[in-house]
Amino acid sequence: MTHEPKSSRTLATEALARVEGEGAMRVQIHDGRVQEIQLNIYEPPRFFEGFLRGRHYQEPPDITARICGICPVAYQMSACRAIEDALSVQVDGPLRELRRLLYCGEWIQSHTLHIHFLHLPDFFGLDSAVELAATNRPAVERALELKKIGNELLELIGGRAIHPINVKVGGFYRVPSRRELLAFRPKLEQAREMAAEVVLLVAGLDFPDLEVSHEFVALRHPEEYAILDGGIVSDAGLAIAEAEFPDHFEELQVEHSTALHARIRERANYLVGPLARYSLNSDRLHPEAAAAARAAGLGPTCRSPFRSIVVRAVETLDVCEVALEIVDAYEAPDAPAITVEPRAGTGHGATEAPRGLLYHRYSLDHDGIIADAVITPPTSQNQASIEDDLARFVSLNLDLSDDELRRGAEVAIRNHDPCISCATHFLDLTVDRS
Amino acid sequence: MTAPSGRPKLAVWKFASCDGCQLTLLDCEDELLDVAGSVDIAYFLEASSAAAAGPYALSLVEGSITTPHDVERIREVRRQSEVLVTIGACATAGGIQALRNFTDVQELLSIVYANPSFLSTLDTSTPIADHVKVNFELRGCPIDRRQLLEVIGAFLAGRKPQIPNHSVCVECKLRGNPCVLVAHGTPCLGPVTQAGCGALCPGFDRGCYGCFGPMESPNTASLVGALAAAGMTEDDIERVFHTFNAWNEPFRSAPHHQEVS
Repeated sequence: MTHEPKSSRTLATEALARVEGEGAMRVQIHDGRVQEIQLNIYEPPRFFEGFLRGRHYQEPPDITARICGICPVAYQMSACRAIEDALSVQVDGPLRELRRLLYCGEWIQSHTLHIHFLHLPDFFGLDSAVELAATNRPAVERALELKKIGNELLELIGGRAIHPINVKVGGFYRVPSRRELLAFRPKLEQAREMAAEVVLLVAGLDFPDLEVSHEFVALRHPEEYAILDGGIVSDAGLAIAEAEFPDHFEELQVEHSTALHARIRERANYLVGPLARYSLNSDRLHPEAAAAARAAGLGPTCRSPFRSIVVRAVETLDVCEVALEIVDAYEAPDAPAITVEPRAGTGHGATEAPRGLLYHRYSLDHDGIIADAVITPPTSQNQASIEDDLARFVSLNLDLSDDELRRGAEVAIRNHDPCISCATHFLDLTVDRS
Repeated sequence: MTAPSGRPKLAVWKFASCDGCQLTLLDCEDELLDVAGSVDIAYFLEASSAAAAGPYALSLVEGSITTPHDVERIREVRRQSEVLVTIGACATAGGIQALRNFTDVQELLSIVYANPSFLSTLDTSTPIADHVKVNFELRGCPIDRRQLLEVIGAFLAGRKPQIPNHSVCVECKLRGNPCVLVAHGTPCLGPVTQAGCGALCPGFDRGCYGCFGPMESPNTASLVGALAAAGMTEDDIERVFHTFNAWNEPFRSAPHHQEVS
């Protein structure tokens, strides 16, 4: 299917499919070289940081959840932790464990969605999971069942799967009894079995040779595979507290996107998400998940964007193990939330959304009213690195036809599971070979 | 309007939104493969890169209208659709992003972006029905998946969807929840909010915060009085009405409707 490459051409995809939100890409090729690559995020801006000003400190968990229907818990957790930091309170013990358990539900749901519905069809040259169901119905039925258990866990702790209603600064409105959590244990055992099968399924896929050299950034916790809290680390030696995020990272506006581009000050673009998380934390995986990773061919680090599907499957298995541990050790706290009192201050909170590091900062006045809010989602942090991957893919494959090149470029984007809805404050591919 | 398979063609469209309402379709895990067997999912970018041309028998529209481009796009979606159903608070009320309607959008732009001039956006976020004829509005932030299946089933059968428009209070009574407002003095929008969630928040010892928007005949003036009596300040009351359905009357002006006693 290869054809004589024209010296100049333009490739464009006006609306990327199987990503969350709206975006496009445009690639300009001149004299056989990639001249410009743009991920155009035309997702309309919604101005969350603007209208958070003047709201009460208890509102961001509900309001910022609405930034993303796929990872609302990530927004709720980063918001709560940033505001609690501003109010100088710390949520720990069983309340922290319940937050981690809620987050496990979101990781199971979101990772299973991306693995099967957004990413897996690419490996078979198919358009959708529904098409995949025609050739491998058991795999799709298993995915639906696993995703459903993730959603049921979200409902058990959070009240509902999309935009949970039970999260507040200080903890929860109502906490489950030990009996309620133990009753859910058989489903988590079933989820663990299915997640282990998913690792085997994706380990058997064919992966193109491609490794990326981006600096990896993720949270790291002294004992856990960090999700809810930890220090911010990179494989270039960065090791900082959450509160130091603004000192080391900056967001820049670019003309072609409603998402802001993030970079490490005085250095370059970087990558957050499964590859970064795994490469910086694989020694923190639960032993069963670590064994599954090794059996699936992963080393201690992973730099292949295509193999991110294996990392997501390993992470899904890991959070099933984590959820089981939390359920087994759980004793209901005395109160559903700790008492918080308004006071003036600025607080920072970073957690690991399924797509990567999600940072929030809030400044409150003495009545607890928000004076300023900053939200840095994973996809805007990744956008420059995704553009780099695209440029590399196109440069190495200029002999492909426009259609093949376009399809490959879209796959290169979906490898990173960009969440465009999140990124705005993200994509059409236009390839211009002029 | 039917695919070569003979099944009616379904399209799912996104405007300004969080993707949560269209995700609700993928969250129908027990029914999804059956739905995919009874309709032809002709356009659903979040789930499939295959995009079949219209016309479509049923279009589900998520999101609000916030850009000049989207004003044109929704008209084209309407032209291509026999039945158009809006799903969620963004599509039916303008969503949380309709908070811009109460303020100066240029000021919001300058808070978030260094160069606001790169952006093309309207001063308002408005519901789809402000722009084109809508056959049915399904409420919620997010929508309820049982209600979504009812609406899809109803339109495919050519009947009216069975979606109640009474208040959340009725759902609390059906669930046997004690009234959080009466029993605990917890501020609650349940008396003026449309049912559909199953009275989730009161079931979690929390007051309703109005995700499904105003019910059919809400007495917001009376509730504003009760909220004030429960200890909410004027600012608190304005904030509680002005969230995900802020632009939907009477939530829009409710903070100024205090009953004269």
